[in-house]
Amino acid sequence: MSYHPLLTVEDVSKTYDGFKAITNLNFYLFQGELRTVIGPNGAGKSTFFDLITGRAKPDKGKIEFGADPAASHDLTELNEYEINRLGIGRKFQTPSVYVEHTVWNNLVLSLKGPRGVFASLFRKLSSTDRDRLDELLKLIRLSDKRDWNAGLLAHGEKQWLEIGMLLAQEPKVLLVDEPAAGMTDEETHRTGELLIELSGKHSIVVVEHDMAFVKQIARDNQVTVLHQGTVLCEGKFDEVQSNQKVREVYLGRGKHGTR
Amino acid sequence: MSTESLPRPPSARRLELTVISAAALFLIVGFPLLHAFGFVSTFTISLWGKYLCYALLAMSVNLLWGYTGLLSLGQALFFALGGYMHGMYLMRMIGDLGQYHKPIPDFLVFLGWTKLPAFWEPFSNFPFALTMVFLLPGLIAYVFGYLAFRSRIRGVYFSILTQALTYAASILFFRNNLLLGGNNGFTDFKFILGHSLVDRETGPATLRGLYIATALTLLAVYLLCRWLNGTKFGLVQQAIRDGENRVLFSGYATTHYKLFVFVLAAMIAALGGALFVPQAGIINPEEMKAQNSLEAVVWVAVGGRGTLIGPILGAISINLLKSWASRAFPDLWLIMLGGLFILVVLFLPGGLVSLPKRLAPLWKKLRAAPTPSSDSQPSTLNSQLPR
Repeated sequence: MSYHPLLTVEDVSKTYDGFKAITNLNFYLFQGELRTVIGPNGAGKSTFFDLITGRAKPDKGKIEFGADPAASHDLTELNEYEINRLGIGRKFQTPSVYVEHTVWNNLVLSLKGPRGVFASLFRKLSSTDRDRLDELLKLIRLSDKRDWNAGLLAHGEKQWLEIGMLLAQEPKVLLVDEPAAGMTDEETHRTGELLIELSGKHSIVVVEHDMAFVKQIARDNQVTVLHQGTVLCEGKFDEVQSNQKVREVYLGRGKHGTR
Repeated sequence: MSTESLPRPPSARRLELTVISAAALFLIVGFPLLHAFGFVSTFTISLWGKYLCYALLAMSVNLLWGYTGLLSLGQALFFALGGYMHGMYLMRMIGDLGQYHKPIPDFLVFLGWTKLPAFWEPFSNFPFALTMVFLLPGLIAYVFGYLAFRSRIRGVYFSILTQALTYAASILFFRNNLLLGGNNGFTDFKFILGHSLVDRETGPATLRGLYIATALTLLAVYLLCRWLNGTKFGLVQQAIRDGENRVLFSGYATTHYKLFVFVLAAMIAALGGALFVPQAGIINPEEMKAQNSLEAVVWVAVGGRGTLIGPILGAISINLLKSWASRAFPDLWLIMLGGLFILVVLFLPGGLVSLPKRLAPLWKKLRAAPTPSSDSQPSTLNSQLPR
């Protein structure tokens, strides 16, 4: 067992036009972990994901990926698609699926494999690929809608499709931004079960507002509370919930639902 | 573009394929036969040859705008460059039959040259000129695209840049000291591959051959685009159009994809231009003017962007209209074109190709009118209409 974190974010800061989005942030994610990140609006959750996935570059600090310290990658040097190819997948807050493509083709585009122009021209789907896609369709419960254009799916179905697309990439780390937004209670619960099932094999970071959902997936796992771009506290869900500082800045406002 | 729910029934696909095959057969075989037997004039067949060249330009615009979401307002530049590269060969084939009866092109004599400039030399060779038809526009597209896409220039900024590029090029080509004919460009072509373009006996057959070559090229480009659509490349291309970020965060270097499409589109436009020049009998910097690129965009919009057949339909129908209107109402043509564009954008966003689908429910309603009960049922076609 390696105790070196898979994802290391150390002393990272990011400023946008004088606004401190992230300040001296430290964050460590270990292999197989399911981590939930909570925090009020503007706490820097999206910027945090942007920094890891290469959409934004930190002003200072280090972001490294790889459980082996000798062979880890400096993510601040790489761009979005290079980071994705290392095995970091991201699900956006608003479902971003290809609305003009069928559900099946959405998954085909996400399936792990060569990403080059010439491979895309001449490579055909293998039967293993097809089996894998069928399996994923079953998992996200969209088997009967595989030929539908994704734009016609209900909001919750789009969320699941995007989760399916993420899984098709077979990433080592999944960054999931508000997966339960716009879902019914039943869908939310099932999403939670799916994430729990996936942890262990994958390392997952979930950003979420919905406290019932956080409680469901956090279980014995660590919860990180972000506030004003820095980590306010970290611990088990119950510890975090009873933490006085957290109650003041976040829970204390009595906004337990989604906003 | 509409969001259809399910794949179209096979019968509709078969009908489409039949119509397209019939049209292709007529354009490639039927039309030249009519010309050979004297039912169609040489003027008309060359006019249609030019329409088909414009259709190639439209396909190039569509590959970028319709399928990749890159609105290029400068495709006429590549069309003209292809034309210039082929034009240089045609100029060399005039030999000493020009006004000055010198072995170099007339405009060079006029500028005081007695010897051919070195860069003109290899253009006497047809394979070289043909290679340059692809190479030069491809290279310019590569350099421009590389810089633009690497800097993540998107949307309207990309459109403005392409427009500026073609504008700058037209100014450059208007200059005499570029040694490419200045504002007169190239004209008075005599021979292509040993066949006369102007001879009263053999000229019509040469022009017919050029027409057939154009029609076959158009078919080949159509098939290429059709094939591209069925590959994963086609999926990525359209995914970039609908959500570039998602593609980027799925591990695709979207820059490479866009660059590939941009270069390919430039080459298709250049091929159209190369075929255009001997049939039009002239190429000059007017072809690069901003207006030409804009017109090509209108053809695509009117025909139906993001479809394979739409751009061809748009280019031919609008140019037919133009040929008629610019004679019948020369002052009103641009107003008509603008009006048509607005009408299509407002009332027929899918373009001409979407007409049958738009009319189908109406047709059904008309036929079903006697039985009012069937009218009240929600038609599946209705729900598929573009919003």
